Amino acid sequence: MNDKQNAFTGSIVHADSLPDFNRRGLLKAGAGLTLAVMAGPVLTACAEKGAGTAATGGPLAPGAFVRIGADNVVTVTARNAEIGQGIYTGLSTLIADELDADWSQVVVEAAPANPAVYGNPAFGPNMQGTGGSNSIASSWDAMRQAGATARTLLVAAAAQEWKVPAGEITVSKGVVSHAGKNKSAKFGELVGVAAKLPVPKDVQLKDPKAYTLIGKDAARVDAVAKSTGTAVYTQDIKLPGMLVAVVIAPPRFGATLKRFDAAAAKAMPGVSDVVAFKHSVRDGVAVLAKDYWTAKKARELVKVEWDESQAYKLSTEKQFAEYKALAAKPGVEAHKEGDVAKSGAVRYVEAAYEFPYLAHAAMEPLNCVAHITANGCELWTGAQLQSMDQGMTAALLGIKPEQVKINTLFAGGSFGRRSNPKSDFVQEAVAIAKAGGNGKPVKLVWSREDDMRGGFYRPAFFHTLKAGIDAKGELVSWQHRLVGQSILEGTPLMPPGLPIDPLSVEGAANMPYAVPNLLVDVHTPKSPVTVQWWRSVGSTHTAFSTESFLDEVARATKKDPVELRRSLLAKHPHHLEALNLAAEKAGWGTPLAKGRARGVAVHECFGSVVAQVVEVTQLAANKYKVDRVVCGVHCGRQVNPNIVAMQVESAIGLGLGAAISGGITLKDGAVVQSNFHDYPVLRMNQMPAVEVHVVASEDKPTGIGEPGLPPIGPAVANAIALLSGKPLRKLPFSTAGVSFA
Amino acid sequence: MTTLDVNGKKLETDASPDTPLLWVLRDNLNLTGTKFGCGMAQCGACTVHIDGRATRSCVLPISGLEGKKITTIENVGAEAVGKAVQEAWIAENVAQCGYCQSGQIMSATALLAGNKQPTDADIDAAMTGNICRCATYVRIRAAIKRAAAALA
Repeated sequence: MNDKQNAFTGSIVHADSLPDFNRRGLLKAGAGLTLAVMAGPVLTACAEKGAGTAATGGPLAPGAFVRIGADNVVTVTARNAEIGQGIYTGLSTLIADELDADWSQVVVEAAPANPAVYGNPAFGPNMQGTGGSNSIASSWDAMRQAGATARTLLVAAAAQEWKVPAGEITVSKGVVSHAGKNKSAKFGELVGVAAKLPVPKDVQLKDPKAYTLIGKDAARVDAVAKSTGTAVYTQDIKLPGMLVAVVIAPPRFGATLKRFDAAAAKAMPGVSDVVAFKHSVRDGVAVLAKDYWTAKKARELVKVEWDESQAYKLSTEKQFAEYKALAAKPGVEAHKEGDVAKSGAVRYVEAAYEFPYLAHAAMEPLNCVAHITANGCELWTGAQLQSMDQGMTAALLGIKPEQVKINTLFAGGSFGRRSNPKSDFVQEAVAIAKAGGNGKPVKLVWSREDDMRGGFYRPAFFHTLKAGIDAKGELVSWQHRLVGQSILEGTPLMPPGLPIDPLSVEGAANMPYAVPNLLVDVHTPKSPVTVQWWRSVGSTHTAFSTESFLDEVARATKKDPVELRRSLLAKHPHHLEALNLAAEKAGWGTPLAKGRARGVAVHECFGSVVAQVVEVTQLAANKYKVDRVVCGVHCGRQVNPNIVAMQVESAIGLGLGAAISGGITLKDGAVVQSNFHDYPVLRMNQMPAVEVHVVASEDKPTGIGEPGLPPIGPAVANAIALLSGKPLRKLPFSTAGVSFA
Repeated sequence: MTTLDVNGKKLETDASPDTPLLWVLRDNLNLTGTKFGCGMAQCGACTVHIDGRATRSCVLPISGLEGKKITTIENVGAEAVGKAVQEAWIAENVAQCGYCQSGQIMSATALLAGNKQPTDADIDAAMTGNICRCATYVRIRAAIKRAAAALA
């Protein structure tokens, strides 16, 4: 197999570029599978497809998001990254429905990095990226309009050709028809004429009653590729002459490289070079070799000395002792209503909560291919924040952002990590290519250990809560103090002029419960330990403390947890609808066998509300099983109910794993955990049954990638508190000796 | 030179004998469907079949593999069980990010090859070594049951 055959050179998900062996496998598997079960689009777009020909003209490409070729292929250009959340399917659904395309003629390609064209409107001007669970919400209008525009042009072309009024033409499943004249044409037959027509500015969008794909369960466009081993991830990229780089990273945050001796490593056959690298996040040493195993073995032979004079050397216990001391003092006010000192409370309920750093630990360890050329730099990676990646690469190389070409590939998970606000792993690949690539493409491959210890964690937090209860047993005051590092401070994404990072207090400052006297304040300690958003961001901790503390209030006032929530949510109809749906479907209030209990939690983030009722069985003194999670969801109109359910299931699994056993700790500043043996994540046997019930709504769609996560931890903790009599206030639960089957 | 029997073909590699099978498959033989996840047999992303048994290839040096029959995701669909599993995976829309799914499919296929009617406990036992960070476990379980029904 020569290098040319292995080359992957497109910005599109491109089955034709697979190595020959894979390709045969795909075609063979694909043939059988297609007949049996495949009813949806396939990810086989390539440059030739969706093109026009001299004879037919075209392609029809009105705008940047859809292109229809003479071959009838409808190519959707996805501005959002496919990190598992199903967005390639979602964006395609919006376009294909308004276009009245047949689902099987749709293919998807990743958009190039071009923020002016493919920016995410929810992120502000010229910021291309994916996050905040906003991809469908921010594309709901634009993608439907893109589909409707193309449809309007195809209809106009048919009207012109057939000399009939456009209003008499119908379109269904990729065929344009006129009943009266008994005329019909596939899209490809009309693109030549349609492409020459002026693009209409205002197009009529469908009445929702006419939707053929929206609200239905369109098959995922990536299902076949991801079930046959043919989906291409960064890890799979092989380019002519490419070197594989592994790194030796600083042992502590803030340590810098003093010197290194690589004589033995360089002498190994297959090793190309050993170089120092430096970028805005850290410096280190990289080994470049012909393949991963060679580079990894050579790495063990390199001797490195670090300057640790400025390095972070605290241990986790000391860090939390400092956080607790801060929590004794007032912080910066995030939200205030009434006066907590004059609430009329006659008694108080108090609790404190600890949240560890969390690693994202996506299945694909971080990686990036960088090729520095005479004209600029080309990247291949599961990019999630293309604008930042372009900008940081350009700054590192002293070139313009538009000279940085990004081939966005499938990401093997992210949970936020691949949209790094400093483009750390992308910069690292580029810095190594600059230092040791000699014009060759360089694939940076982090090991699992590199990934686990590479920082950018969900920040550790310490919370204190204090609720005031009046003589009638009503909740009359609520004080919530948070201590933890800012994610946005020190990045270009921090909103100017704000006294605090909104991500630190989201879910707490906007706590939904009606309490007349409220005070939320925050301390923001600084640390060289790097932090970042982690699926559902601030709500990963604020929902836990708020929702489990509210249950403490319920127990202290002898109220039913669902009834208490209902009584405080009158001004939040979406919360109420989600909560009532979950409670009803779960049979809240009906008897359970001895040793079993239900717990509830409800939380809003990214515009959606998710309520969860869990059923937990106590197996032994400190051992539990989460049997079932019943969800009530309000997320506006569902574009794909099956994918909504998938995202909620996924969020529950990630959140439950973190709650029961996830935690990054530091010993003298060094990360203790290294791999899945000491950073346990949820496994098959621990996954509960999940039921997802969605409130019927014709509102615009809101987020669903993240909102399923925040309630699971507190819902489980609330059930366990009933079974054991001991609330779990420190995460993960394993720190209290609690385990889960 | 080491000669490996991969997917019914004799393939030669000059990789050093201590190289784990995973890296020979990926870097030398260009079979990239088998994934690198942890490097210490903790996550299952690298699962292949060695003489029909689900095996973690990331800790398995090629030195002991001559004469053994190696099957990867690229060819697992050539047999009825693997084909049924892949079809079930697609029908259930199991994959999200998809990175672990080659390994999941290899483990599920090995399970069903030896156990036509696995119980939930059998599925837990066979699949708990395969991590999915997207937590597609609910659908993996459903897909295994669907494949079992299709093969019955």
